[in-house]
Amino acid sequence: MTDHLATPTIEKAPDSPPAAADLATMLLIRHFELALLDLFARGELHGTTHTCLGQEYVPVALAPLLTARDYVFSNHRGHGHYIARFGDPAGLLAEIMGRAGGVCHGVGGSQHVFRDRYLSTGVQGESLPVATGVALHLKREEPGALALAYIGDGTWGEGAVYEALNMAALWRLPLLVVVENNGIAQSTPTTAELAGTIGGRAAAFGCAHLRVENTDPAEIRAVAGPLVERVREGVPLVLEFVTNRLGPHSKGDDTRPAAELSRVRAADWHARGSGAEFAAADAAAAARIAALVAEVAARPPAVWSRA
Amino acid sequence: MTARPERVVENLNHALHERLRADPRLYVLGEDIADPYGGAFKVTRGLSDADPGRVIATPISENGIAGVASGLALAGDAAIVEIMFGDFAGLAFDQVLNFASKSVSMYGRPHPMRLVVRLPSGGGRGYGPTHSQSLLKHFIGIPGLSLFELSPFHDNRAVLARMLDLGEPCVFVEDKVLYTRRQATGGRLDDLFDYGFLGAEDVGPAHVYVDDGGDVDCLLVAPGGVADRAVAAMRELLLHHEISCRLVVPSRLYPVEAEALVSAARRASYVCVVEESTAGGTWGAEVAHVLHERLWGRLRRPVRLVHSADSVIPAAVHLEREVLVQAGTIRDAVLADLRAERSPV
Repeated sequence: MTDHLATPTIEKAPDSPPAAADLATMLLIRHFELALLDLFARGELHGTTHTCLGQEYVPVALAPLLTARDYVFSNHRGHGHYIARFGDPAGLLAEIMGRAGGVCHGVGGSQHVFRDRYLSTGVQGESLPVATGVALHLKREEPGALALAYIGDGTWGEGAVYEALNMAALWRLPLLVVVENNGIAQSTPTTAELAGTIGGRAAAFGCAHLRVENTDPAEIRAVAGPLVERVREGVPLVLEFVTNRLGPHSKGDDTRPAAELSRVRAADWHARGSGAEFAAADAAAAARIAALVAEVAARPPAVWSRA
Repeated sequence: MTARPERVVENLNHALHERLRADPRLYVLGEDIADPYGGAFKVTRGLSDADPGRVIATPISENGIAGVASGLALAGDAAIVEIMFGDFAGLAFDQVLNFASKSVSMYGRPHPMRLVVRLPSGGGRGYGPTHSQSLLKHFIGIPGLSLFELSPFHDNRAVLARMLDLGEPCVFVEDKVLYTRRQATGGRLDDLFDYGFLGAEDVGPAHVYVDDGGDVDCLLVAPGGVADRAVAAMRELLLHHEISCRLVVPSRLYPVEAEALVSAARRASYVCVVEESTAGGTWGAEVAHVLHERLWGRLRRPVRLVHSADSVIPAAVHLEREVLVQAGTIRDAVLADLRAERSPV
């Protein structure tokens, strides 16, 4: 077996605080998501939304490993992916609230966002073949760029995943599949929806696989960075984050037992934060989002110009 | 001695060659399309030898292929996908319905998607229930998706160029029985009928007639795959029953190009839409709706729909014939309606 097929794991790190810039983005995403749940509770949003509470560090860790030429395909739980890439909570909040300045003029909402080389869709697994097609384009037209697709553990139930991995490995395409394995697919625990392991499935296609249990962006980058560089040379990678979904699937639909909820809360990076610097950063992010909510809520409705 | 017209499969193959040469960003994808095999129906023959980098034989993965093509289109390339048997488009439906067609508009501003999904379709060859269907009705009414059908009247060089220039995904239904037929050329169909175009030659609807200027008893509207059956019915109706018909064969089926159909229908008191889809929720129903809306009060009867039976498509030739639309099915429907029309109350 060649070394790139090995399945290393980044074990959980000691609780060192993230670097200040990373922490600031993680906190921005955290308070953005909390604000959405609050807006829903107050009846000020309609439709649905899927928050990434607990998973904020994943896109924050990956952001510096990507360039503007790389494509990112997000999924239904994509607010953190967007904010980590663009640092634009205002455009996303306006989109979700259907207000002027929304990144897709209110048409896409929470789950369908397209900006530059970032795109999300609301159908599980659908983006993997699309990302594979984009990777085919990049290999020919823009060597060195890659296509990243975020999926969850539940998405491994979709056949599209396997069709895409087969083609990406067969054609040596620059495809990076980032799996946010948060242990639950809507209400179904991973143990009840996934046979075998994600690493085993990646190996079946000859794809490299790295399992990450760490939550520190700098440590994640140090190990994942070289493998992401190999993706650019046409070695597809399945990068699996063992993570925790702190909140409900969408708004209020969490049926997990109390013990399980206690476990995920205890593992939350935010709950481990301490000290004056952390508290100050946390308060700053909360204040920024609160001001943003007030500002965006006062905007006029989004206008969709179809032409 | 003049050369015989191209076979339809040759015309389509030449059109693909021409598009690949003309557009360096075009890809052709599909199962078993590479040379020397050249595709199950030989539509893609010679393409991979000419450009192996952009003509790609894929795994058996209809959903995946449609997604890969969508990704190419998303990134500014263009892609033509062959689904080996159109029936298998069911496996690719999500990518067409929820990704490719939606991406044109669901992000709040237009985003061009140059994508054609080719569906070799239809029965008459004994392939049985999962290899003989015409799925066109399942692709009607999807925002951002256009539906075309192969026809012996339309030059595929123009049709393919039009589909790719639209900037939105297209499904191209290709009736398999047409591949071995010859393209119509020169405006003369046979000893009885002439043909021409309503609008731009090669992309506007074709029409088949005896007398270009005159009114007729019946307007037949049919996609390319059933056009020959419609012409056979027209011949019998004229020669044996003195019922005059005109036939319109649109290249684009959806969105319905209403103006040409309405103009043609104004010169007939009765309209019959023919298609090979099985009964229920058909393209013909959409055409009838368009015509009723525009011509209600002018037409003497509701638009008649003629389609295959509400049935799976059997393999045995005699059973298949019972289910699929035949020339006789069309003739009988027109006769029944017009005789009822002429009978004293």
